[in-house]
Order: sequence, then C-alpha cells, then structure tokens
Amino acid sequence: MPDLPLLRAESMSPMGEGAQFAASSAASAVCGPSVASVGDYMALMKPRVMSLVVFTALVSVMIAPGHVHPVIGFTALLCIAVGAGAAGALNMWYDADIDALMSRTSSRPIPRGRIAAGEALAFGIVLAAFAVGVLGVLVNWLAAALLAFTIFFYVAVYTAWLKRSTPHNIVIGGAAGSLPPVIGWAAVTGGISVEPCLLFLIIFFWTPPHFWALSLVRTEDYARARIPMLPVVAGAEETRRQIMRYSMVLVPIGAAPWLLGYAQALYGLTAVVAGTLMVMFAWRVRRNRHGACAARAAHHLFGFSILYLFVLFAVLLIDARVGG
Amino acid sequence: MDEKPGRIVLSEEQKRSRRARSIAIAIALGALVILFYVVTLVKGPAVLNRPL
Repeated sequence: MPDLPLLRAESMSPMGEGAQFAASSAASAVCGPSVASVGDYMALMKPRVMSLVVFTALVSVMIAPGHVHPVIGFTALLCIAVGAGAAGALNMWYDADIDALMSRTSSRPIPRGRIAAGEALAFGIVLAAFAVGVLGVLVNWLAAALLAFTIFFYVAVYTAWLKRSTPHNIVIGGAAGSLPPVIGWAAVTGGISVEPCLLFLIIFFWTPPHFWALSLVRTEDYARARIPMLPVVAGAEETRRQIMRYSMVLVPIGAAPWLLGYAQALYGLTAVVAGTLMVMFAWRVRRNRHGACAARAAHHLFGFSILYLFVLFAVLLIDARVGG
Repeated sequence: MDEKPGRIVLSEEQKRSRRARSIAIAIALGALVILFYVVTLVKGPAVLNRPL
C-alpha cells in the first residue's frame, strides 16, 4: 500500500463541521415523511460495537463480588447496551459528513439518506436519557452517572473534539469503550475498586493496536475524510511502531488481574499466551510493510485483537466461576 | 378529488415503514412497563431505597 502524503493534524476538519453538515442534511437529504425502517434505527446503534460493550460489562457483572438479582443484572446490561446504542447514534449524527466520504461508513443510514440527521439526533438523545434514567432509578446512581459520563465522553470529547483534531484520538477516546466493565461493577457493588480499573486498562491499551491495524488498511479513506488518524498524520511506519509498543504493554496489563492476585492461574496462562500471540501479530505488521502482505498482516492483527479481548474476558469469567 | 391542498399523502413504503416503527415503539414501551413491574416485585417495598 503506498504511503499517502502526510497531512498535518491542524489542517484537518475543524470542530463543528459535522454538526453543520448534520443540520443541513436534515433539511435537504431526507425530505418529507421518513422511510426509515426498524433495521435502519438498529444500524444507527452500531450493534457490533454494542455487542462487545455488553459482553465486557456482562463479565464484570458476573465476577463482581456480592449478589445481584438476575433481573437487576439484566436491567443494568440492558441500560448499558441502550446507552452504547445512544452514543453510536449521536456519533453517526455528528459524523454524517465524514461517514459519507469513507467507503467503510458510506452505507450508514444517514449518508444513505434513510434517516434524517435530526431524527438520529433525537433518537440518540431519547435513548441516552432513558438508559441513564432507568439505570439510576432501577439499579443505582453511581452506575448511571458513569454511563452518562461514558456517553458524554464518546460523543463530545471523542467524536466532536478529538477525532478531527489529533492523531491521539482513539488513544484518549478509547476510555469511553473501556468504561462498560466499570459500570457493570458499579451496578453490582455500588462502588469502584481495583479489579474494574484493571479491566478498564486492558481495553484502554487494547484499543490503539486494534484501531490502528484497521486504519493501516483504510488510510486513503481517512485521508479523504481528513481525519488525522496516526497513519495519515505520522505515516504507516510510525503507526507500525506504535502498534508494536502498545501490544507489548498490553501483555503485562492483560496479565495484571492474575499478577495482582485477582484471578487464577487459568486466566494468567491465557493472558500470557494470548498477549504473546498479539505481539507476534503486531510483529508481522511491523515486518510486512508493502503490498498485499502488509494489508493481510494488518487484517490478521485486527481480527485477532477482537478474539484476544473476547477470550481474555471469557476466561476471566470461567476462572472466576471455577475458582469460586 | 377530495384531497386538501398541501396535505401529505404517504406512499406504500412510507406507510409500511411507519407501521413497523410504531409497532417497534409499542413493543419497547410494553417491555419497559413489564421491566418496571418485575423490578418492583423483585425489590419489593424498598424499590426506591437504593444506594446513591
């Protein structure tokens, strides 16, 4: 893949263009009565992202100390899922202008003209209010406050600010995707302790290599939309270096629940093996720099990173159940 | 023609979409009612007595 001419982060789209586009498209793209289907609204909630959020929160709910009634646990997960969906809808509302420019996102409901931007905005706000309100009333207000902060951070800090202004967008913005286990823990215990913070750190350090692997094969897309992703601003070589660094840091972070005595040997072994494999996939990305091999290595890392997180959390759950 | 000027006439696709959305909203509201009812049973009289 040829490296694109590097763009400076300062020259990227300024804040506010997304909202301006959203407002104008609401008036022009979808005129008259809506033809949006239920499926279009489901797509607006980013169901694939939602599934990972729900899974990590589910594990946290299951391993948290103390007893929670299954109905309350289900309610907490439902609210976390709906909150994640709300954040996804608000993200698509704000990013409709750049979504239309990228092949990966051009088929989303707003750029495709299925849903007006204003409808997506209203949908997102209503869902967010319901998710936070119901979580507060039926579970507890600490979990609700954390969910509200997560939605705010994803929409206002990541989407509206960081995404278009710095190559560190997904590093800092990754905090939003890392919070669901903390919310799940707070829903059960009413507090926060070291264990959910470790789960937060695992997802936080997992996010950069995961997204940068994707951005390596979508560099032209991001450059066209003038999003200052690391490969666009600093180049593919620097991105490969950063992927390697974050993957190496991820190994001890992933094993931390075991190293600090919060998980059993089964989890420790899995974390070390999975972490080593993650570093090996990152090393392949680092070594294969040109042509189809480079794209294939990045695809493999992206795919494995999803498996890595799933396996780590699944084994953590099994470990907690077996270890008692 | 008895159509009033300026009145919006929905196409068949728009009617189908609106009906599907209405059903989805009804199901979501119904589920919310059931959820609140069940949680009230689970928590009992202490439903509003929760940690802040």
